[in-house]
Amino acid sequence: MEREMMHRLLRDMLLSRVFEERAAEEYQKGNIVGFLHLYPGEEAVAAGVINAAGPADYIVSTYREHAHALVRGVPARAVMAELFGRATGMSGGMGGSMHMFDRQRRFMGGYGIVGETYPIAIGIGYAVMLRALPETVICFFGDGAVPQGTFHESLNMAALWRLPVLFVCENNHYAIGTEIHRHSAVPEVYKRAAAYNIPAEKVDGMDVLKVYAATRHALDRIRRAGGPQFLEFETYRYRGHSMADPGAYRPPVEVKAFQAIDPLTVGARAIEFRYPTAAELAEVGPDNIGRLTEHMISAGHLEEAEIAQLRKDVEAEVEDAVQFSLASPQPTMDDAWRHLHCNRHHEQLLTA
Amino acid sequence: MTQELLYWQALNRALDAEMAADESVFILGEDVGLYGGSYRVTEGLYAKYGEARVRDTPISENSFTGLGVGAALVGMRPVVEIMTINFAMLALDSIVNGAAKIPFMSGGQFPMPLVIRVPGGIARQLAAQHAQRLESMFMNVPGLRVAVPATPQDAYWQLRQAIASDEPVVLLEHEVLYFTKGPVDPMAEPPPIHQAAIRRSGKDLTLIGYSRSALQVQEAAVELAKEGIEAEAIDLRSLNPIDWQTLIDSVNKTHRALIVEEDCRHAGAGAEIAASLAERCFFSLDAPVQRVAGLDLPTPYNGALEAASIPRVADIVAAARALIGAKEKAAA
Ligand SMILES: Cc1ncc(C[n+]2csc(CCOP(=O)(O)OP(=O)(O)O)c2C)c(N)n1
Ligand SMILES: [Mg+2]
Repeated sequence: MEREMMHRLLRDMLLSRVFEERAAEEYQKGNIVGFLHLYPGEEAVAAGVINAAGPADYIVSTYREHAHALVRGVPARAVMAELFGRATGMSGGMGGSMHMFDRQRRFMGGYGIVGETYPIAIGIGYAVMLRALPETVICFFGDGAVPQGTFHESLNMAALWRLPVLFVCENNHYAIGTEIHRHSAVPEVYKRAAAYNIPAEKVDGMDVLKVYAATRHALDRIRRAGGPQFLEFETYRYRGHSMADPGAYRPPVEVKAFQAIDPLTVGARAIEFRYPTAAELAEVGPDNIGRLTEHMISAGHLEEAEIAQLRKDVEAEVEDAVQFSLASPQPTMDDAWRHLHCNRHHEQLLTA
Repeated sequence: MTQELLYWQALNRALDAEMAADESVFILGEDVGLYGGSYRVTEGLYAKYGEARVRDTPISENSFTGLGVGAALVGMRPVVEIMTINFAMLALDSIVNGAAKIPFMSGGQFPMPLVIRVPGGIARQLAAQHAQRLESMFMNVPGLRVAVPATPQDAYWQLRQAIASDEPVVLLEHEVLYFTKGPVDPMAEPPPIHQAAIRRSGKDLTLIGYSRSALQVQEAAVELAKEGIEAEAIDLRSLNPIDWQTLIDSVNKTHRALIVEEDCRHAGAGAEIAASLAERCFFSLDAPVQRVAGLDLPTPYNGALEAASIPRVADIVAAARALIGAKEKAAA
């Protein structure tokens, strides 16, 4: 892989981590309210998958989508401002954490209903198929969304009509407090795709290079041969399900074990994260980003000094996003009505 | 013996009492077991009754609600928790085409002792897909009962009555009420599940609320009393059926009515009540029945806009004053 891409992956993961940890702080300060689902631990998936896609590909995401938006190239300012509910946010302050949209970047939304991304993704895929374009649709979902009826309905249609959809399962082993063996009769998610003859593969989601390579492959196959593909990435979230959930149901050994393969440890080691703590991070051995970083260093693609600079850049970017959000205007009720009636062309039904 | 309990605790006690008394009662829903329920309502029950009777389900709303329908057909008394009303949209087939229809379309052969508990309403900045009320959607389905408790006492008793009932009952629990406190008397003979309660009596106008808005109309009545306006505050407690007699008697006394609903105004509970009161009380009304309701808008994430999209006590007080003013003008 070229040097430039590795740098980009490292930067995207670092930005995602720093952004989310800052979001947690801003939530505690009351600048962000409501449900806030954070991504630390899972960065390799967003970075690897979305960087493997092209600008003409579509992304359909869940409520845990801040990092997806950042990796897609949405400025941190617009993502943070949406969390703050400001008019300058991605969705004008109407959507919040779970509902981020960016039409221009083909970021087709964050959806709060589990299992909602499949039908939307196959719908976009259907349009692409009708127009015979070389585009694909990337459909994110969690392990918890697999038992939903829409999974089976949508995979069937995607296979039947050979729709250009890449199904991407972010398997972090939990649906809120329910571990995968307690919610799925077949816990190997990728095997489920076999029921619909969709080629599927399970990939280590803590290793960004593997994620990137597998996604490149899958997208190539879609473009060449047509029809859907399926990737399951095994990953882990370090935090609870949302800021409202301490995640107390998870055995500490399990949390620790996954921290030991933290995709970010080396790149992030000097940063003070509230969770996991700097001490905890220091304890764990070399990990995936560690591997990436070491790989890059040994291949002569990265110097220690560059890591420090990268970290500084990313922190500055997030700080700027927060300041921008604080200074941004609140949306008005007129804005709200305008967004609701955006397709009505000033229709008037009642004259006062 | 009366105890002070939080709303969620009252629901928890009701479940415990029914499960202890009747082996056919079982619970299912997402994270109701090991996790103890998103709003703690099922806390402790998994340990006490085991995983078969307090079942953690996959995220498969339509099918696990349908499972409840099937089990009810053969005499079980399932209590299905749908994590929030927003996700009940995925279970509408089981609720509307199944639970509500089977007793009727089987020619009365099958009872349907199913309870569907659903938290809902506008909590705090949960955004458009997690901040809905949607009660009118369920009110509109013949064959379903819809109960809307506003107090811990009603939460306790209406849930027990719902479990004991042979009809399907949707129990709408308001997310901001879970941590409100009130007395619960597990011995007191409860009123029928659908009976409205007059929370405060008055002669000048009738304020009608349910669930969270039942508390708001009581607050508004207190404010209005300071200005010498005596409002009667009614808590509907049930949206299907509606206790028309209590409403009609009140309106015949006060001659004006104001309905407060958090749900959207368009085709909501208020529309049904206003139309029915106009039909039944036209000649005793001094002014058109009025509504204070949520805006016909998906809930904005932004906090100030969210707050402005649902009724506040001040809005109710202002609307009540206007309604009294309308009467005085008519008399002058
Ligand atoms: C239809 C529906 N049911 C329930 C919920 C509540 N809920 C939100 S996230 C979640 C768990 C989803 O787990 P998973 O798909 O694995 O995604 P993760 O949160 O782990 O990223 C649940 C039950 C919902 N949002 N939508
Ligand atoms: Mg999960």
